[in-house]
Amino acid sequence: MSAITGPLSEGEAAADAQRPWTSTLHEWAMTVDHKRLGIMYVLGGLVFFVVAGSEATLIRLQLIHSNNTLISPQLFNRLLTMHGTTMVFFVGIPIVFGFANYLVPLMIGARDLAFPRLNAFGFWLFLFGGLLLYFSFIAGDGLAGAGSAPDVGWFAYSPLAGRAFSRGHSTDFWTVGLLIAGIGTNATAINLVASVFTMRCPGMTLGRMPLFVWMMLVVSGMTLIILPPLTAAQIMLLFDRFLGSHFFDTQAGGSALLWQHFFWFFGHPEVYVLMVPGFGYVSEIIPVFSRKVIFGYAMVAAASVSIGFVALTTWAHHMFTVGLGAAPNALFVASTMLVGVPTGIKIFNWLATIYGGRIRFQVPMLFCLAFLFQFLCAGLTGIMLSVAPFDYQLHDSYFVVAHFHFVLIGGLLFTIFAAIYYWFPKVTGRMLSERLGRWHFWLLVLGFNLTFVTLHFVGFAGMPRRIYTYPADRGWDLLNTVATLGVPLQIAAVLCFVVNVVVSLRRGAVAGNDPWDAWTLEWGTTSPPPAYNFESIPIVHSRRPLWDLKHPEDPDGPHE
Amino acid sequence: MLGITGAIFVVVAGLLVYILVRFRGGAGSEGTDPPQIYGSQRIELAWTLVPLLIVVVLFLTTARYLFAIELTRPTAGALEVTMVGHQWWWEIRYPALGIVTANELHLPLSLPEGTSPTFITLQSADVIHSFWVPQLAGKLDLIPNKTNRLWLDPRRPGTYVGQCAQFCGVQHAGMLLRVVVHPKPEFDAWAAAQRSPAADEPSAHLGRQVFESVACVSCHTVRGTRANGLFGPDLTHLMSRTTIGSGVIDNTPEHLRAWIDDPNHLKPGVLMPAMALSREDLDQVVAYLATLR
Amino acid sequence: MSVASTTREIGDEALPSRGKVGVIALIACESSLLAVFVVAYLFYLGKSLSGPYPKDVLDFPLLGTIFLFTSSVTVVFAVRALRRGASSAGAGWLAATVLLGVGFLSRTAREWQRLIFHDGLTISTNLFGTTFYSLVGLHAGHVVVGLLMLTVILGCAVRGALRPSHAERVELVSWYWHFVDVVWFVVLTVVYVVGR
Repeated sequence: MSAITGPLSEGEAAADAQRPWTSTLHEWAMTVDHKRLGIMYVLGGLVFFVVAGSEATLIRLQLIHSNNTLISPQLFNRLLTMHGTTMVFFVGIPIVFGFANYLVPLMIGARDLAFPRLNAFGFWLFLFGGLLLYFSFIAGDGLAGAGSAPDVGWFAYSPLAGRAFSRGHSTDFWTVGLLIAGIGTNATAINLVASVFTMRCPGMTLGRMPLFVWMMLVVSGMTLIILPPLTAAQIMLLFDRFLGSHFFDTQAGGSALLWQHFFWFFGHPEVYVLMVPGFGYVSEIIPVFSRKVIFGYAMVAAASVSIGFVALTTWAHHMFTVGLGAAPNALFVASTMLVGVPTGIKIFNWLATIYGGRIRFQVPMLFCLAFLFQFLCAGLTGIMLSVAPFDYQLHDSYFVVAHFHFVLIGGLLFTIFAAIYYWFPKVTGRMLSERLGRWHFWLLVLGFNLTFVTLHFVGFAGMPRRIYTYPADRGWDLLNTVATLGVPLQIAAVLCFVVNVVVSLRRGAVAGNDPWDAWTLEWGTTSPPPAYNFESIPIVHSRRPLWDLKHPEDPDGPHE
Repeated sequence: MLGITGAIFVVVAGLLVYILVRFRGGAGSEGTDPPQIYGSQRIELAWTLVPLLIVVVLFLTTARYLFAIELTRPTAGALEVTMVGHQWWWEIRYPALGIVTANELHLPLSLPEGTSPTFITLQSADVIHSFWVPQLAGKLDLIPNKTNRLWLDPRRPGTYVGQCAQFCGVQHAGMLLRVVVHPKPEFDAWAAAQRSPAADEPSAHLGRQVFESVACVSCHTVRGTRANGLFGPDLTHLMSRTTIGSGVIDNTPEHLRAWIDDPNHLKPGVLMPAMALSREDLDQVVAYLATLR
Repeated sequence: MSVASTTREIGDEALPSRGKVGVIALIACESSLLAVFVVAYLFYLGKSLSGPYPKDVLDFPLLGTIFLFTSSVTVVFAVRALRRGASSAGAGWLAATVLLGVGFLSRTAREWQRLIFHDGLTISTNLFGTTFYSLVGLHAGHVVVGLLMLTVILGCAVRGALRPSHAERVELVSWYWHFVDVVWFVVLTVVYVVGR
């Protein structure tokens, strides 16, 4: 374990092997080192990923054919709630902030984040919130013995989530668990913003930061603005449920829509908070594997910042069918279509980067290329949904489910795997297996597309979301069966990945400082980096400090 | 819509495939890096402006449809229906016709086009539901403490199936909706039959007595009898509907019997309790209800 | 190796201190949180199905407001005193700040006591009660947190442990305190001016 904190001398290594495991555990539990916290965040997220994936597997098994009785409606509704909640808050968020934790200080030439103890505080809040949420499964008998896990959907609309319609404490586990985890996320966002603005190494102006750091700056800024509204709405829900207040109580004149506005003001930018770090990974990996500098650095950074702002204005495209009226709907159509522009042109920047390059089709690049195809689809189905009259049909159907899984799996998850294969050598000092990586990649591409391309058509066929079964006469059986067949392939893919990690930790090829011939600062120190990151704080003169070192005859500076 | 997005996909994906093939690094490519291109203001401007233009065009078209839908007003011959969403059934009222029913929406054909569309007022008695019959219209939500308006313009007779499209609790999946579209004369006949009070056949008097003496009457209405409960569906013309339980099973006396005996078995989580009637009482009640055509 | 010192330089620009950026980010966060409660308050104005209504029971909280705004002035003096090393003067001004803050809270407590026991307005009475107590209460909660921080600093000052080098951190806490005041100004306007 302590191989991940830095290279050890022989004597140290021998002593290390004799340390009791309790000592190592204590060291990790008490750590404030951004690298260890980053690893813990990502590992925690991956564990929750397996749990939420199992929930999805059960959902797909129940839906494999009509009138199935594998899972009761009560359990099904808990599964769909927990699947969505877990994936967004306890898989996506910790993994993207975990990568940021590990990489941002290294990329800006700093020794840690601005507030290391706050960093640890944030991590433990995330973990506690997640455990509290899952404690709900065993916290009571509930109906059908399925525990008191929340069953109101990941978005917990009122009045369904209110006292009258959601008895017992299942919804409270959702509310409080997320509230706690949310405070942790806010803390990390503050940490990242402060670090980026105040701890860059000499010579690194904002315009010379790696694009990944730009993305995390945008994401952290967005988090600061959008997560508190969710916290506020959750406080209001708790007041309603425990103190008898009437924020969302329609019987007392309250508005059911108010919750939706607050939730989606958080909820829509949240999906950008999840996806934009993926853009960051891709913006680092594609240039290295095309052997070319990113095309249009300034535009990519500017586009990301504009996404951060415009995304704040799009929330009610989740509410096209609540009856806001044509004028408000039109406004949100406009803002939603608008936010697609900076998102889309980034794809062009990446294409232009690869164009004229010398492509290396190694596993990190494979995942990035699949991302490009799949995210393109996701963006286009998003544009389709932004056409409100179209959305009147497709809202709350499986078309939407297919769309956002294309964004979050086809987009985010693929970039996360790209990032893991790319930075695993830096974190552990060993390479992941290319062969297993290719099995992982192709199984995932096949399984994912089999399931989620099919679900687009299920949506076109008129199947709504969140139903635990469907009648035999709707014509949805065949499509649902095909979609479920993609699941074992995806499970196999994840298994390949897990085996790859476990095996490579022991027997992977030694990586060295810079196995990919890359250009950002983290590759300028050892793999894994020492606890203090750099022997001495680097001084940079361009966006690609290592390129300058390797190409003294043609440094980047004059071109930028 | 599909055309534009399809075209974009083909162009961009095609470009990507071309790039991947053309610039794949061969075996001897290690060591030398290709020329580094840092950007091009002109190209980037172009690929920003073109999407913006596409977006403007798309937005204007969309806005036009949006307003056209909302600004459609009832014509003189328009039918008005009020639907109230409940956990997990549909209350349907025709105020001008004096009809109250449940779970099956009957509409007249709107021919010639647009002369007699149907306007539906959507409300909810508890949580948020959504009215969605894919073959007839886009969906619109039923929200407590809010009133929404939807119009339908059915051009072909037949039975259309829809269901609630906003997660509303344990039996969200079991809140199906049947819409039956009739030519106008047929619709008028249906309406007349629905308007009439409940059948009162002498052979079912015993059953009616049982029905009126147990808790049924506190939740259900049968017009012309003591039953005037509003919590559950109106049963005045129960047998005129093709399904029970908002679409979960076909409406036959055997199914009716099973439903009344233990609704939770057929629709787990439903709010109607098992009536715990004796076998004789159950037979009587079913025999009575079976006369309510 | 310790983490980099508080002020750094890149080329010609001096980087801001991480404490300052951190507190600004925190204030942005909190503003977003409180803004939602303000939105809820404004949205539900006039929508209560039954009384009591704002104009029936609300009096403009003049004294409490004076206490709170004055405390922002005293905390500025405290920071200045600490900066020039006048530790006991600084402690004095800090004590005044804390006292004024407590005074504000006691005025709020009196108001709430009257509303609850005399006028019958609780958080569950109607929409006005719901939004009033949550908004004013959330602000009061932030005042409590600020007072706790100021009291801890006061304790340090009294024991002679504060140096001029700590002045910047005290200033950061004072920024939080000013933020709490600004929020009160917004609450005043929304609840006691517009809302009545």
